[in-house]
Amino acid sequence: MKILRCPLNGPRNVSEFAYGGEVVAMPDPAAASDAEWADHVFLEDNRRGVVREWWLHVATDYWFIAERDTATDEIVRTCPASEVFAERVSFAAPDDEGGRA
Amino acid sequence: MPLGLLKYGLRRRYPARRDVPVATGLKPSYDVVVIGGGGHGLAAAYYLARDHGIADVAVLEKGYLAGGNTARNTAIVRSNYLTPEGVRFYDESIRLFRNLSNELDYNILYSERGHLTLAHTDAALRTSRWRAEVNKHLGVESELIGLDEIARVCPPLNLSGAARYPILGALYHRPGAIARHDAVAWGYAANAARLGVEIHQRTEVTGVLREGGRVTGLETTRGAVSCGKVLQAVAGHSSVMAAAAGFKLPIRTVPLQACVSQPLKPFLDPIVVSGSLHVYVSQSDRGELVMGGPVDPYTLYSTRSTLDFKEGLMGHMLELFPFLSEARLLRQWAGLADMTPDFSPVMGLTPIENYYVDSGWGTWGFKATPVAGKRMAETIATGRVPDVLQPFRLDRFDTFEQVGERGAGSVGH
Repeated sequence: MKILRCPLNGPRNVSEFAYGGEVVAMPDPAAASDAEWADHVFLEDNRRGVVREWWLHVATDYWFIAERDTATDEIVRTCPASEVFAERVSFAAPDDEGGRA
Repeated sequence: MPLGLLKYGLRRRYPARRDVPVATGLKPSYDVVVIGGGGHGLAAAYYLARDHGIADVAVLEKGYLAGGNTARNTAIVRSNYLTPEGVRFYDESIRLFRNLSNELDYNILYSERGHLTLAHTDAALRTSRWRAEVNKHLGVESELIGLDEIARVCPPLNLSGAARYPILGALYHRPGAIARHDAVAWGYAANAARLGVEIHQRTEVTGVLREGGRVTGLETTRGAVSCGKVLQAVAGHSSVMAAAAGFKLPIRTVPLQACVSQPLKPFLDPIVVSGSLHVYVSQSDRGELVMGGPVDPYTLYSTRSTLDFKEGLMGHMLELFPFLSEARLLRQWAGLADMTPDFSPVMGLTPIENYYVDSGWGTWGFKATPVAGKRMAETIATGRVPDVLQPFRLDRFDTFEQVGERGAGSVGH
């Protein structure tokens, strides 16, 4: 069975993980047009080559990021999400009290 | 005997029959270039020439004729879908399929076996009833049947209440059929070639030449060709080709694996599908059980195979047909499925004016070969998208008008 190295749990069978899609930047939900939002939700780069994507270790509910070659299924690298996302993302709506963070 | 055959083979009076003539060099320009020499692309080329008088067409195939998903699907044809849009579309395909052997003068071994979608849960029964009603409303023969009727249609099925997931009922779709998938593509290729279409194998498109919002030509491994219009029909590599043309698709490419058993005496007449057990199976004319399951759990552009898939599939097969425990697998393979969020295809116009797309065929592409080819040819020739294709347009996602067919997928994906 294929082994995926989880940053929290070490090497585990790939069947313990769930694929979470490509890592993509989210447009500002308050400012994005319908087309931009549909692009974010539905359209995919679906590239052939090394891509950066979300994975979940299901048993421990731990999300992390893997770089994987979608042509060869080789996992290049895995890392905690904190390596990629250094700042906290706020989802508050603009008309909420206190405004957007 | 062998010497007799040799004598026969060497006689000039019996030349080898060649259905698809070998195309020579690429011309510098074509009215229409079809990227992808699979069933869909060849069908589109055939209908362009037959129905619309556009014969200055080249089909460019990077590998060999119909060697991609056309050769890798499990050859099931059905129209028992969930949405009226889907049912209407696939029903038109079935009507074309029924007469295809005659029309192409090529035996596609079309065999109406009946199609059973087993329900093991109340939720699956409810979906089956829903599908049956939508189907009947649109004149498609589908009905919900109970255990007695299932036993009559498919005696070898394990209907024991002691099974891990006992069968409660089934959606029975009498027109469900299998066909020889290679022959469908070869038949279209032979007839398209007869009408003047050029088919170039081992010719890979490497780039799309654009001028403003229009395509002017294509770069290939055998030089550039200019073209009036382009149809992209490349299945698993839809996103890669679209990226070269300059737009994105709502597609993830995921491998879909399948396998066949050793040949067995004929015992299984209908096609049997179980969504809950993730298995679909039919018996081919050669006696092999053709079996498939769900798509792989993550995206990949590789046709490698996995043990997980086979173990899971065989476990479920044995629940349905316990007496197969001694049967062996003969061969297995994988194809690249271009999965869309709503389990419906993406067809028709693109952001590029004279570039058309036939994609998003996930796990439901073979059964749509004739209708997709015919209606895409109409779209290209007239510039208007026919009503039957409108629901599957690319920009349905911008307006959140998806055609949700997940409930009618063969197996839970």
